Parts: sequence; C-alpha cells; structure tokens
Amino acid sequence: MVTIYIAFTIVNTFRNYKNIPFRATHPELIREGTMSEKRIIYLDHAATTPVKPSVADAMWPYMNDHFGNPSSIYRIARESKNAIETARAQVAKAVGAEPGEIYFTSGGSESDNWAIKGIAFANRKKGNHIITSAIEHHAVLHTCQYLEKEGFSVTYLPVDRSGLVSPPDLEKAITDKTILISVMYANNEIGTIEPVAELGAIARKHKIPFHTDAVQAIGNVPIDVKGQNIDLLSLSAHKFYGPKGIGALYIRKGMKIDNLIHGGGQENRRRAGTENIAAIVGLGKAIELATADIGWHNSHIRALRDRLLTGILEKIPYARLNGHPEKRLPGNLNVSFEFIEGESMLLWLDDEGICASTGSACTSGSLEPSHVLLAIGLPHEIAHGSLRLTLGDANTEADVDFVLEVLPKVVQKLRDMSPLYRKSGKEGGCNV
Amino acid sequence: MYSDKVMDHFKNPRNVGEIENPSGVGEVGNPVCGDIMNIYIKVENNVITDAKFKTFGCGAAIASSSMATELIRGKTLEEAWDISNKAVAEALEGLPPIKMHCSVLAEEGIHKAINDYRKKQGLEPWAEKNPHSHDHSGDSTCQP
Repeated sequence: MVTIYIAFTIVNTFRNYKNIPFRATHPELIREGTMSEKRIIYLDHAATTPVKPSVADAMWPYMNDHFGNPSSIYRIARESKNAIETARAQVAKAVGAEPGEIYFTSGGSESDNWAIKGIAFANRKKGNHIITSAIEHHAVLHTCQYLEKEGFSVTYLPVDRSGLVSPPDLEKAITDKTILISVMYANNEIGTIEPVAELGAIARKHKIPFHTDAVQAIGNVPIDVKGQNIDLLSLSAHKFYGPKGIGALYIRKGMKIDNLIHGGGQENRRRAGTENIAAIVGLGKAIELATADIGWHNSHIRALRDRLLTGILEKIPYARLNGHPEKRLPGNLNVSFEFIEGESMLLWLDDEGICASTGSACTSGSLEPSHVLLAIGLPHEIAHGSLRLTLGDANTEADVDFVLEVLPKVVQKLRDMSPLYRKSGKEGGCNV
Repeated sequence: MYSDKVMDHFKNPRNVGEIENPSGVGEVGNPVCGDIMNIYIKVENNVITDAKFKTFGCGAAIASSSMATELIRGKTLEEAWDISNKAVAEALEGLPPIKMHCSVLAEEGIHKAINDYRKKQGLEPWAEKNPHSHDHSGDSTCQP
C-alpha cells in the first residue's frame, strides 16, 4: 500500500509540474529555514530535465500491469514487446531513421562508448585512426583516450573561438587509416551547434563511419540522419523531459560494429540485457513530444534566453558570452564574469534558489577548468568565472527577471572581495 | 558538500578587505588555478592586532581565508606561524579532500605575510619547517 501511495504521489507531482510553483511540487527540495520562503528556479536543463507528466503517465503501466519480460511468450510479455517496438518507431521517426536502426541503451554515455569502441574494434584491421573534436563530452573523449591505450591513434580537431569545428580541418585530418569520425551535434557547455551535415558529407565521401553525440541536440534542433549523412547517433531521454538511465544509439543499416554489452539476444542480438521497458516507453513518449513541440519550445526558451543575455550584459560589466552568438542551442547561455570564480557564484545563486552550473575547476572534481572553455581560447582565470544557465519549457519571464535581480548583486559581492578586481583598477565597476 | 561552518564563513566572511599601511602582506595562489589569496596583517609588539583578506576563489577558498584571519588575530607571530593548514580545515569542521589545497593556501598566506613583515623589519625570514608536511588528504595540485 505504501509503495502504491508513494508512486501515486510521484505521478501526481509530475502531473502538476507545469501549473504549480516548484516549491509546492518539490517540497523535499526546500530546505528548512533557509529556503522555506524561496522559490526554486531551475536553470540547469543541460544537466537534466524534469520528467513531463504525460511521459510519467505513459510509463506507469509498465511498472505495474505490464511487467512481463518481453522475451517471454505469454500475453503480458507481448504487451511489453509491443511497447518497446512502439517506442523504437517513435525514436526512429524523430531522427529520420528506420525502426530497425534504433537500439536502446542505458543512456548517452553507453551509446557513445558503444559507437566508438564498437566501430573501432570491428574495423581495426582496416586502420587505427579516429578523428574527434577537442570539445566532446567526456563520454567521447575518455573513450577515445582509452582506445589510445589500446593502440589506436586519435586526432582531436581544434575549434574556433565560438566552438565550431572546421569542415576543411576534418578533411585534412583524414588518412587512409581513419576508421571513425565522431563530432558532437551541439556542445553541452557552450551550446555551439556544429556543421554536422557538412562533416557527415565529408565522412561519407571518404567512406568513413560518422558518429555524432546528439544528446544535447534532440528536441532543440531538427535531426535527419539520412539527410545529414549520420551513420551513428547517440541520444539520452533525460535531456528532453524523459526518464534517466535510458537512451538509444542509431546505427545505420549495414554498419560493421562490435557489441559492447554481451549476453542475451535482446535488441536484435546487439545489446544484451532485459529491456528497461518503462524507461523505453518514457523515452519514446518524450522524444515524440519533444519533436512535436520543437517549434514552440525553441521560440519560448530562445526568447527567455535572449532576455536573460541582454539583461546580464546590460547590468554586469566585464561579462562576455561564450560560444557562438547564433549557431547555439536555444536554451543555452554561457557567460564569463571576470575577476570571480564560478563555484562561489553557484553557492550564492543556490542560496537564492537558482540552480545553475559552471565550467570552473572547483566543481569538476579536478583543478583544471572546463576543457571546452580552454579549447575556445579562454584564459584560465576567465574560464574559472564562467556560468552556464540552460533554460527549459517551464521557465518564465519572471524567472529570468529574478535572476537579473539577483545575479548582479552576487557578482558584485564576489568582485568586492576579489584581489583581481582591485589589481585591474576596476573597483567602482565602470562599464566598458 | 560543505560543512555548516564553511558555509557560514563563505556567506558571512569575517575580515574582508585590506589594511591601510599593513605591517605585512601575503599574496599566494594563481589565477590559472582558480584561487588567489591576499592576507594583510597589522603587527604591534609582536602581536597580530588586525588581519584582513581579499580572495578570488571557490567557497572553500573564501571560507579558509576568513577562518585564517580569525585564527591569527590576537596571536603572537610565533603562534600565528604555527597555525597549520590542518588547523584551518579543522576550525572549519573539515573540507572536502579536493578542497584541502585552499587551507594550504591560507597557511602559506599567513607565512608570507609574517615573513613580509620580518623582511620590512630587517629580520631574517623564517624558514618553512617542512614544506611537504601539509595535509593535502588526496588533494591534487594545480600546476600553472
């Protein structure tokens, strides 16, 4: 009974998400004393998104009545099997693929690992060279670094100051040993959208498999794997209002690729493990909604993002936008504030109920700032002062205006105690 | 991730600012690594009568600066010199391992400020007893 009650509470929470303030729907996130009277403004949608109510509703039966193992023969198992195939078709339609080319995985990291290791190991007799970019997600970068230890050689293409990979650079990097090109669709930190179709065309011309990590792009940018010459594409449900722990890899028909997860015959014998049916159903529903809503979603969050950017640049001196001014994800804002460090900004923003992210070393678990910010040429101290705000469907103009009220005070407070601010002779905050 | 004490000193930092005509200044850290700490001291009759700081850095760096200035106020130079990074971290009810270098920076800042004072007085700077005795507890070091 208790379990059912909790589950219903969760479903009801999701159902009401859009209409009720965050503090009412997520009382567990409101800390006693400090946050009780403050709202939560969630501006970290590139990290993850809340599950849409209708997605949670669609998932629920598969944790309840339709729990059967899709590999079994009885009727409740057939329900599970059908649900998986429906979701596969939904994912295929969203990216312009055939259902038989979609394989469910545990998420973006597994999809990236599978694509890169799978292609590399299946084609090692042809060559050992892989091309990727310097600003990939760690799921790609660390996989490539692992392969370097296994005897592969990797070219990390540089990017320009806005984060763009140059197609001529790609073509020049290709050798007769190149067996894989992997360049992300859109960057998770600075939001820059790469010229994927052009890069794909170059790969196709040289008959080299082309993989793209589209984890941040789905639901924000229209994707057509056939038209854009994409051979493998990674995606993850929790970035577009689906559940965590589920993703997919599109593998164009006819690709030579090794398995990553060995075991049972699931996913057409390519990815073992009993299917996470509820999550797969959630992924299917979420991607269907995300691609159907793409126009509204884009204009809504782009308008909020632009209002936020304009306000920040107006109110805060010594601030600069990171990433491409136009070729960027609609909800992504990445700004550097000189003379201060990102983690202290996040702590103050959190105190005001604002959830954001930074490329500063201090939150990365290492002492190096973000490899993406360094790759676009930011000096270390400016990279340490970066703030990423990523907007989502539920954000409002009031949220943006609240950030614009709080952020200038936070930046000034930290600048007032920064020795760099004094040294630069900029105390008093004159605008440039 | 931070103790209540760290958050208290981060949100209400003690002794922020500079001292006019300080007896000694200790500038440590590097912007490349994401933290710079300046410690200012006023010394009268071998006692630190005032201490202030300015810091560019994360929450732990700001809290460590604040705590360090609190710990050295009213202390003799010898007593202040003996305050270890571990003592700063313990006074803050602990720091995450990755942030221990912030307390190291605070200790170095105190030492530099004291030696700056000694040099100004025409005295030999004190030598670090054991430059490798810091408790880094799994800390990694930024190499600018």
